[in-house]
Amino acid sequence: MSAASARKITFQQAYNEALDEAMAADDSVFVLGEDVGDKEGGGTFKVTSGLSTKYGTSRVRTTPISEQAIIGTAVGAAVAGMRPVAEIMLMNFITLGLDQLVNHAAKLRYMSGGQTGVPLTVRTATGAGGGFGGQHSDMLEAWLAHVPGLKVVVPSSPADAKGLLLSSIFDDDPCVVIEHTQMYWSKGPAPEPGVRIPLGRAHIARPGRDISVIAYGRPVGEVLALADRLAGDGIEVEVVDLRTISPLDERTVLESVARTRRAVIVHEAVGQFGVGAEISARIGEELHGDLASPVVRVTSANTPVPFSPALESRYLYQIPDVESAIRKACQ
Amino acid sequence: MADSDRTSLLSVYRTAALIKAADEKLRGLLTSGELAVAYYSPRGQEVLAAATSAHLDAQDYLVTTYRGIHDQIAKGAPLDLLFAEIFGRVTGTCKGKGGPMHVTHPSTGVMVTTGIVGSGLPIAVGLATSSSIRGDGRVTVVCFGDGASNIGAFHEALNLAAVWKLPVVFVCQNNLYAESTRYADGTSAARIADRAVGYGIPGERVDGNDAAATLDVVGRAVARARAGEGPTLVEAVTYRFMGHYFGDPGAYMDADEYAAALARDPVPALRARLIADGVADEATLADIEAEATAKVEAAAAFAADSPLPGVAELTSDVYREAVYHEEVPA
Repeated sequence: MSAASARKITFQQAYNEALDEAMAADDSVFVLGEDVGDKEGGGTFKVTSGLSTKYGTSRVRTTPISEQAIIGTAVGAAVAGMRPVAEIMLMNFITLGLDQLVNHAAKLRYMSGGQTGVPLTVRTATGAGGGFGGQHSDMLEAWLAHVPGLKVVVPSSPADAKGLLLSSIFDDDPCVVIEHTQMYWSKGPAPEPGVRIPLGRAHIARPGRDISVIAYGRPVGEVLALADRLAGDGIEVEVVDLRTISPLDERTVLESVARTRRAVIVHEAVGQFGVGAEISARIGEELHGDLASPVVRVTSANTPVPFSPALESRYLYQIPDVESAIRKACQ
Repeated sequence: MADSDRTSLLSVYRTAALIKAADEKLRGLLTSGELAVAYYSPRGQEVLAAATSAHLDAQDYLVTTYRGIHDQIAKGAPLDLLFAEIFGRVTGTCKGKGGPMHVTHPSTGVMVTTGIVGSGLPIAVGLATSSSIRGDGRVTVVCFGDGASNIGAFHEALNLAAVWKLPVVFVCQNNLYAESTRYADGTSAARIADRAVGYGIPGERVDGNDAAATLDVVGRAVARARAGEGPTLVEAVTYRFMGHYFGDPGAYMDADEYAAALARDPVPALRARLIADGVADEATLADIEAEATAKVEAAAAFAADSPLPGVAELTSDVYREAVYHEEVPA
């Protein structure tokens, strides 16, 4: 193992390094968002720390608390050929800028007949487990994945975080990268500099013959640990990490389930009308007759994110439920 | 009157006459049933659009709205491509995929046309941000109606443009109605220009039907932007003769007010002034009008003769590259 690959970094470092490398490589990349400058602390989660000192405040622009203007500004700059990276501090605040994302960023390429792309990236953070209650914790990726024209990315490791953010910044279409507030300080192996992970491609994080568990973001690591444990009982779990929610890598998902004939889908977002429902529908449409057991979703509860730790811990998807679903399907 | 002013006014008339002829042709086609699209006539707002774009080069950026054909023509978007887009033809500015509400023509600086009231303002801030970072000297003009000044995007955009001192001009075309709601019933400020005070930027109100006055006010605002002195809010007061949408009976409009506005119709008013001031004679203006009519007829014929988009256009341009995996495992 080389010295570089032995290096471990946090998610926060991964995002920071991706931004740094992108800004160094391309003058059209710039960052905007609330408190992103070093004078303001380098971002709420320190992801932009050091960048304004290194690249100046023209390219690292602290904004007022104006989500609609932040995303709209990114849209306009992207239409002019820049590669803006907008930070929306928390994903619930993206609701304030959805007009710009849904009606403009997602559609301008199409509505202009392909003349103007919108190569922007929105980085945003969210996730339950921090005690922030109902307005600071929602996983809203399904809202965005429902909109043709947007790309939606949820990384599960620091290396993926860096590689997927780099790909998003240099993608010619609007990308939303969803970061997890409870994972910023988790560590994992660092990738080599400049490594990009392709968008729209899922990753077989662990091959296995008995059942496919399809996940993305935070549950992936937990499912991998579970798969290790179940291997001791003779159940070989294949873990498919979507990496990109939309456009969905349908082929990798369907090929996996076609092999294992069993599927469990795990995500942190609430279950109703969610990503798991979409994947389950596609599996059912294409593989219904081949399935050895029903497709099962394990998601967070269909409620707002509660405040009390006693409730919040029960709100979240439960790994023991994933284990039960796997064992039942593999009986 | 200086020669340059005379030239400018005549140029504004030429553009306004073209806009008026284009609008009349489109309404004629809609009335006869030869065309069936949602259409938002700019009749009455021709002169302010022409006077605004008179200060812009092709590389300057324009953002406008669903009521935008006057702004697009004034900015220089080719008439035949605009008509083809409205007709939903593949030869249109956007291959027929945008329609009249979403015209884009980057080579003439028509960057975004939005159907969402107020949304163009933050986008204009972004275009101007790119100019600020690159130092490319371009100015962005964003046109919107009085109704848009009541939406949150207006506030966020003006504040941010002021904080960053961006090269952008916010041009409010105040036609006194937000859809069917009278100005005073929906807007707390007596003058939209007064709202500039809240952002610490200049706010100027002008009679948007007065070509010379509009040329003067927008000219100062564009010069400020180009000089790096920051944004300006311009309120150009005008009137909307054809209601909110084509076919709008306009029952909510006051008859006396309408008649008074019609008596001040800006296109014939500018025409009369050009003759009175000796800028142009009747024959010159008749030539300009005939030229406008000929261009419009040619554009309409081009559009009518153009093919519709093929079905492959349905799924192209969603992303830059097709990224779906349609195949299913065997």
